[in-house]
Amino acid sequence: MKIKFFLFIIYISIITPMHSSDNQTKLLNVYKNLRCLVCQGQSIADSNSDFAATIKLVVQDQFDDGKTEEEVYNFLISKYGEWIVYQPTFNKNNLLLWILPYIALIFGGFIILLIVRKTKHNKVN
Amino acid sequence: MKLSISKIIIFCFVAFSLFVFWKGLKKDNNYDTTELIGSKISNFQLIGINNDDRYISQEDLKKNKFTLINFFASWCAPCRAEHKYLLNLSDKKIKIIGINFKDKKNNAMNFLKELGDPYDFVGKDSNGKISILFGVYGIPESILLNSDLIVIKKIVGPIDQIQYDEILKLAQ
Repeated sequence: MKIKFFLFIIYISIITPMHSSDNQTKLLNVYKNLRCLVCQGQSIADSNSDFAATIKLVVQDQFDDGKTEEEVYNFLISKYGEWIVYQPTFNKNNLLLWILPYIALIFGGFIILLIVRKTKHNKVN
Repeated sequence: MKLSISKIIIFCFVAFSLFVFWKGLKKDNNYDTTELIGSKISNFQLIGINNDDRYISQEDLKKNKFTLINFFASWCAPCRAEHKYLLNLSDKKIKIIGINFKDKKNNAMNFLKELGDPYDFVGKDSNGKISILFGVYGIPESILLNSDLIVIKKIVGPIDQIQYDEILKLAQ
């Protein structure tokens, strides 16, 4: 019985802080991806504004209710629009924003290839 | 002069980048609520400021043709400035729900006693969580809803003569 009790205490003292730490990390990640609308340039995580404090309460509540990260973002987007998230969701309006880096990468590679081929061609001649 | 393909590509890329920067500089980076017009409000339950058993929910608002929801507080100076417009709207038979935001009950009651009470119901939002349900980020803010609970106008900041006229026009 004593051993069981001892193991239970160890379990509580190790698992509970780990679980709490995971939740804190998850919350912090969400706060960092939310824009403070009253102090632009700062995330909810960095801001001490009244608005940021309320958003933190609401996000905490939503997680306590078992909502996923995506559901929390969708809820806030439905209230404040895409502007509230730093990392916008993929949709037809921001398609260019998402694919532009890849287009730039392909273009860059193509230009380097052309330059290399031209240099080789000049050397051969 | 013969232009090589690589030069044309580089030129196009630079021109495109400049165009994107130019567009980016012209873009207004302030938060805008226009995209929220046409969206439906969430279900809510608003407890009366007197902490009694009275409360309203979205179902009560469906009974009104139009409802103006106004977030206010006694400590908010612009709320005082817009109050005369709210009183006038109330005289024009527009249903107004007041939501007292992060305020003390006594201060709120004194505020209404001093300036007049234009509200059909005054609810309390002690910790600000209700304001998030309505997409509010500062006060005063007002939201005009139709009977389908669709946002038809959102006013960030105090109501002025222009906003007042617009509310009357929309709520006809």
